[in-house]
Amino acid sequence: MADMNPITAWRKLLALPNESRTKTLVMAFLVSAICALGVSGATVILRPIQAANRAAEQQARLEGLIAGIPGMSELMAAEGGSLSTVVVDLTEGRAATDVTPATLSAALEDNANWTGLSEGQDLAGLGQRPNYAQIYFLRGADGEISLALLPISGAGYVAPIDAILALRADMNTIAGLAVLAQAETPGLGGRIEEPAWLSQWRGKEIADASGAVRFAVAKGRASSEFEVDGITGATRTSSAVTRIMRFWLGPDGYGPLIDAIQRGEF
Amino acid sequence: MPARASLWNTLTDPLVHQNPVTLQILGICSALAVTTSVATALTMSAALTAVLVMSAGLISLIRNHIPGSIRLIVQIVIVASLVIVIDQILQAYLFEISQKLSVFVSLITTNCLVLGRTESFSRHNPPGRSMVDALGNGLGYSVVLVVIGSVRELFGAGSLLGVQVFQTVDQGGWYTPLNLMLLAPSAFFLLGGLVWAIRTLLPAQAETIDLLSPDKPEDLS
Repeated sequence: MADMNPITAWRKLLALPNESRTKTLVMAFLVSAICALGVSGATVILRPIQAANRAAEQQARLEGLIAGIPGMSELMAAEGGSLSTVVVDLTEGRAATDVTPATLSAALEDNANWTGLSEGQDLAGLGQRPNYAQIYFLRGADGEISLALLPISGAGYVAPIDAILALRADMNTIAGLAVLAQAETPGLGGRIEEPAWLSQWRGKEIADASGAVRFAVAKGRASSEFEVDGITGATRTSSAVTRIMRFWLGPDGYGPLIDAIQRGEF
Repeated sequence: MPARASLWNTLTDPLVHQNPVTLQILGICSALAVTTSVATALTMSAALTAVLVMSAGLISLIRNHIPGSIRLIVQIVIVASLVIVIDQILQAYLFEISQKLSVFVSLITTNCLVLGRTESFSRHNPPGRSMVDALGNGLGYSVVLVVIGSVRELFGAGSLLGVQVFQTVDQGGWYTPLNLMLLAPSAFFLLGGLVWAIRTLLPAQAETIDLLSPDKPEDLS
């Protein structure tokens, strides 16, 4: 280290034989450092655009879901075209008091706001469930809830499936489903996001008179008001959708909230 | 690799005569996975070609200073970094298609085609020549992907690049889509058929008998 001039030091390094230990270490360090810079740079610079893309896509799906439900576009127009956003406490089944939509993502970074799920509870393959969820209400002119939009998610056959379920005021009739994200097999399980398949969800019912959740994706043709047609060649995806629906409509998902809304607490 | 081949030959040889997919059977995992539609095949081809050309250029630039003992790691780090950058760019500017390609862009890192070219060509050739060779190989890969993607999309969904060519039964037309075409095995069959067709037209590409199974060589002659 006698010579501190960086240019001569660089020349000396390059002149070293490729097998020398110093050069091996320095080259390894330099290549890693430059690559790390490039990767981090690209990620940081492009993140805002990617976040905007995802947000725009979710918004478009949400709007598509509402537009696909008869009568809803008119209601939206009458209401000034906006949904009210509510953060709910899933365990208590009521509006969260200390978490707002703005602070929700910060709250969910805290592990204390997640509930672990045992194997028997974890129908949707989530592992753990947030204690808070952001849902949307569409209210009629009299202030009564006419539509509730509930985000649901869970493990699909290939990758997680994210969707939004729209329920009518009775909280038992499905108004529609919008798939926000999925990566199932294209042409088979991937058909869960096709309008033709999603359109048959409209008007299906969730639970029977006793309150037990009966909804399912049928194996084959739907045979009752609780079923939608299965997708040929996509048994695993179909049953994943059933399990996700059963989980989120059940006691560990939106069950308490649905009961509360049916009691008229919102 | 002939030492004095012209640049033009370096570029065009990998298209058919030295095609990385059909002759060397490299990079076929991604060729199976992303060829369900022409759009994904094209995006994947563009991504792979870009990674291939840039990694060839970079590795060729530092080829005289890569220590032999860590040369594979150095190459993989460079390739992997480029792949992540390309993946991020796709997610930012081609969001929908990047959703369909899911992990397969990231898996370019492990594509034998990329490491094969950097290891066998870029390490011994100047940057310009390496990049031309990489471009040729990237295009060779793209040709195969687009051909297989076109056949699979046309017969599996009745469309090409999203434009409906055959009216399917679902849409009130006459064509019943061939679901097999959307599954990975069909890509194997098509790729096999393509290799067979090329080797029938260009017998020089067929492997010699002594590379085949030694069980009953006389049956094959």
